[in-house]
Amino acid sequence: MMLQIQNLTKDFGSLRAVDGVSFSVDKGEVLGFLGPNGAGKSTTMKMATGFLSPTSGTASICGHDILNAPLAAKRCIGYLPEGAPAYPDMTPESFLHFIADIRGIARGDRDALIAEVVRKVHIEHVMHQRIETLSKGYKRRVGLAQAILHDPQVLVMDEPTDGLDPNQKHEVRKLIRSMAKEKAIVLSTHILEEVEAVCTRAIIIARGRVLFDGTPEQLTSQGPIDEVFRRITTGDRTAA
Amino acid sequence: MRNIVSIAKRELGGYFSTPVAYVFLIVYLLLANGLTLFITRFYEREQADLLAFFTWHPWVYLFLVPAVTMRLWAEERRQGTIELLFTLPITLAESVVGKFLAAWAFTGIALLLTIPIWITVNVLGKPDNGVILSSYVGSFLMAGAYLAIGSVVSSSTKNQVIAFVVSAVLCLVFVLAGLPGVMDVLDWMPNVVLETLRSFSFLAHFESIQTGVIDLRDITFFLSLIATCLVVNAIVLDMKKAS
Repeated sequence: MMLQIQNLTKDFGSLRAVDGVSFSVDKGEVLGFLGPNGAGKSTTMKMATGFLSPTSGTASICGHDILNAPLAAKRCIGYLPEGAPAYPDMTPESFLHFIADIRGIARGDRDALIAEVVRKVHIEHVMHQRIETLSKGYKRRVGLAQAILHDPQVLVMDEPTDGLDPNQKHEVRKLIRSMAKEKAIVLSTHILEEVEAVCTRAIIIARGRVLFDGTPEQLTSQGPIDEVFRRITTGDRTAA
Repeated sequence: MRNIVSIAKRELGGYFSTPVAYVFLIVYLLLANGLTLFITRFYEREQADLLAFFTWHPWVYLFLVPAVTMRLWAEERRQGTIELLFTLPITLAESVVGKFLAAWAFTGIALLLTIPIWITVNVLGKPDNGVILSSYVGSFLMAGAYLAIGSVVSSSTKNQVIAFVVSAVLCLVFVLAGLPGVMDVLDWMPNVVLETLRSFSFLAHFESIQTGVIDLRDITFFLSLIATCLVVNAIVLDMKKAS
């Protein structure tokens, strides 16, 4: 298993944001992480990538425990945090060089590798523009470029298509599908059509708990996907 | 070590990619030189030393250094880049030290740009350059202490204004700690407390270095204050990453 989430739990004060979430993702799988806002999707991803420390439970990435061997685990992950944060006063060019530097990519390989990723996410034209001047779509793609630069085995993306126009969404999904074979991919979304479009598996969480874990087909076989989603997330737990 | 350099390089590059760095450097040079020439009357004193120049440093740093550090961590929080930084394969210590060193190097650059006044005093007279050199070292160490305090404050908020004000006040406490007037007011306190306060005084340690004697105690004071602040900085970040 490339990514294994074991019983992750996170309390913020008296609020239990994530409650015993477990799942694993193997190479070739694209896992869609679904749930209403505030369900615990982002918190789970933040724990799996080592940003937040869990109240209990752990995650292992390519066999490296995120709590005991955080650096080894982080080397195997590409992560696109929610909102695709990037340093606003840098250009994509300098930003990607910084990431390559931190990722320990050999100096000689850097330019070629960056050029390849830049081509993949189509940001050639904005490479010398400050990131703060970029549109939402370009900013998101810079974030994607950062996440896939070191060709990670595990790719975690928090709402990768949020705020993109339909054409951009199509491009990003195409990119995800093209990488699906060699990687274990987890993406969160609240767009239901996205699950059908790119995912091989779907997990629905609400109030911090996993309520459904299966294929998109299993989900759609129970009726129109948004109705199934509503039935599962609004409390009727037997529906899953 | 390599990661510290990468972090520091990015941070320092960030200063110069915005007008912030240039505004800071210009204001710093205007203030440092202006105060020296017009208030402490560098020329009229007719003394071949830079006492009139270094006297101002604790006060100039008081509000310029918090201006450098206010964005150090607060901005990472506000932009959400803190999440990016802490999911990259680097340790917390590396990013804390890297960012601090960048800020320190920046104040070092500002200090280096004051070299014309050193040249001036050498042209006009025969100053004791050993004293001047140790004053520069002292000033740089003191700037580091201000920076470390500002860095801690910046790590605990995402509001730059709060970071600025709180850092300036905290640094002021360290400056005032040794002033005779302040110590007189606190005269009623037990001697132990007064001595402890005095030993934390930036002014006392800086003045001691300015005499030209680089005392290990003064250096240890500034360096251990920096180290302590950076440890606290890391703890604060670790405790409240998300908020």
